[in-house]
Amino acid sequence: MQRCILAIVLALVAPFAFAQSIKIAILGPMNFVQGENHWAGAEMARDEINKAGGISVGGQKRMIELVKADTNELQSVPDATNAIERVITRDKVDYLIGGFRSEAVLAMQEVAMDYKKLFLGAGAADVKLGENVEKNYDRYKYWFRVTPTKSPDLFRTLMAVLGTIGEQVRTSSKTDTPKVAIVAEKAVWTEGIVKALQANLPKMKMDVVGTWQPSAVATDVTAELSAIERANADIVFTLLSGPVGISLGRQMGEKNMKAVAFGINVEGQKDEFWQASAGKANYVATLDTYAEVEYTPKTIAFVQAFKKRYGKAPTYNAATYDAIMMLKAAIEESKSMDADKIVPIIEKSEHVGTGATATFDKRHDLVWAVGKTSGIAVQWQDGKKVPFWPPNIKGMQPYKMPAR
Amino acid sequence: MLQDILVTGLVNGGVYALLAIGFSLIFGVARIVNIAHTGFYMLAAYCFYTLLTRFGIGFALAGVISVIAVTLLSLVCYRLVIEPVREHESAVLISTIALGLIFQELMLFSYGGNFLGVPSTIEGMVRVGGVSIPYQRLLILVVAAVMLVTTWLFLYRTRVGLAIRATANDLEVANLMGMNVHRMAMVTVAFSVGLAAIAGVVATPVTSVHPFMWLDPLVTMLAIVVLGGLGSLKGSIIGALVIAYVEAITVFTLPEGAHLKGAIALGIMVAVLLARPEGLFGVAFEEER
Repeated sequence: MQRCILAIVLALVAPFAFAQSIKIAILGPMNFVQGENHWAGAEMARDEINKAGGISVGGQKRMIELVKADTNELQSVPDATNAIERVITRDKVDYLIGGFRSEAVLAMQEVAMDYKKLFLGAGAADVKLGENVEKNYDRYKYWFRVTPTKSPDLFRTLMAVLGTIGEQVRTSSKTDTPKVAIVAEKAVWTEGIVKALQANLPKMKMDVVGTWQPSAVATDVTAELSAIERANADIVFTLLSGPVGISLGRQMGEKNMKAVAFGINVEGQKDEFWQASAGKANYVATLDTYAEVEYTPKTIAFVQAFKKRYGKAPTYNAATYDAIMMLKAAIEESKSMDADKIVPIIEKSEHVGTGATATFDKRHDLVWAVGKTSGIAVQWQDGKKVPFWPPNIKGMQPYKMPAR
Repeated sequence: MLQDILVTGLVNGGVYALLAIGFSLIFGVARIVNIAHTGFYMLAAYCFYTLLTRFGIGFALAGVISVIAVTLLSLVCYRLVIEPVREHESAVLISTIALGLIFQELMLFSYGGNFLGVPSTIEGMVRVGGVSIPYQRLLILVVAAVMLVTTWLFLYRTRVGLAIRATANDLEVANLMGMNVHRMAMVTVAFSVGLAAIAGVVATPVTSVHPFMWLDPLVTMLAIVVLGGLGSLKGSIIGALVIAYVEAITVFTLPEGAHLKGAIALGIMVAVLLARPEGLFGVAFEEER
């Protein structure tokens, strides 16, 4: 009898208890580093906010409740749409944060917009995500890209860093026109960047010796590297998000190639890269987001806290932390949880996060600026990931050329 | 460019051949299409990685333990999963697909989706015709050659090999002649998976260890054995070289189509099958038997 009464009381109280929380779905491939970082960044934000009493919604404090949604998007786009549909309809979440693979995020964006749910992206770079907002604002206004910058802006960052590296290559190789081999995985996000590189590198007095497009999951690029070696390339410009980035770094080291690798190598952003490449990927450089440098006033403290809690440095997907903090600020300012009231506030705000100082354009993409949203560049030097760009930021170290 | 293609194709062909030999053997002599073959290759890689990096065991011992452990596991899998449905080829096919997926999910659960690296057994590289080749890849080439010779000696110079071939030729007659056909099938499975495990141990240092590493070589391996003629060891070697050279030619002559190298190799396979449905050496193998 007592149990029966207790059950009835719990059933009556439960809806009110849950009403006190704000449910946020964290979407990502949870068995992979990307999803792990999505979740870890969100956990840090949740714990920090809840410890401080929660989010104030019109004077009433509400705790954050995270819902982990494994999108399995690296393997299956339908799995991703199923996951987002599930958290919206079954878990009744209030907001959505995360995503990684552009193809999957484009599909998830549609589902989120169908339900008019605020979706803060923390992983995909494809430009179409923002174009949707511009073309059909009323439908897509609930989408914001918190990280990374859209692919054309990634290109701008790449060019800025390449300018620095190019000078060192010119000095080291004693050539005015360094030879560049482009190695880009065949994927949606690389298409625009490859075309822009082919058009712009000659203007920077760099000679493009060829473009190789292996599969993102290729485990062997020795044939490609042999061809690049034969072409006497000085720089291997990488656009790689998959495990092919490990193969390339390792096999370049095994071949003792004179060329240096720089570009985007998502695997190269992870602490595990050195081990995965069996310590062969020395001098591989890539764009990145986090290091113990004063990129924003919050960066160093966040990176140190992250390392202390999880035993490794965050990747850019951990900017779910910034997304939640941004959301908190917008909810508190609007005094409401209504997405339609939150959207205009995020549009106008400038948020100083841990990975960027974010303001948004009409596409709800980050406004690109070196030192604000461009991110940083890092290079693997004897097992350590060393930040070297932008050089004017405190904590940066010199870029090194291999002594070959 | 010619020397690049020649050297790259030969070295990569060695890696492919190492995997294809075992798969072809198990089909040729036991008529088992073991889709989980590369799954065992993956398990050996994980085992090797774990022993090497987490327990600090040396290369040789870690390699031997990995091969023995995975081979023993294959016998358990054979008794539990394959033997009960062995008479039904489609059921074997589906069962081994399930087995491969179970291995994948178990590794994903245990190690996560991270890409893990194993150091090279032999460091350094040599330049041949202006092409740099790491010693590890030459080791794979040597191991592939040794394994091919060992397999041939095992099948054609031992009594067990004779029994395996007799069983494969006519199961009922072999049974009537007093051969233990179930034991022969188990020996074949063990030998075949042992080859896959050796491939996993030797080839892992040139690739990354991850839960999906069995899928990519599976497609290439199927293309090789179908191209060479299902069940033909000679065909597997030739098929491996053909596929490796087609891939190398694609990369060197069509850099922007490098991602198509697998598709072009499969296209060549389809073209050969249209002209010779039994594969390059399918009939020759039947006659040999």
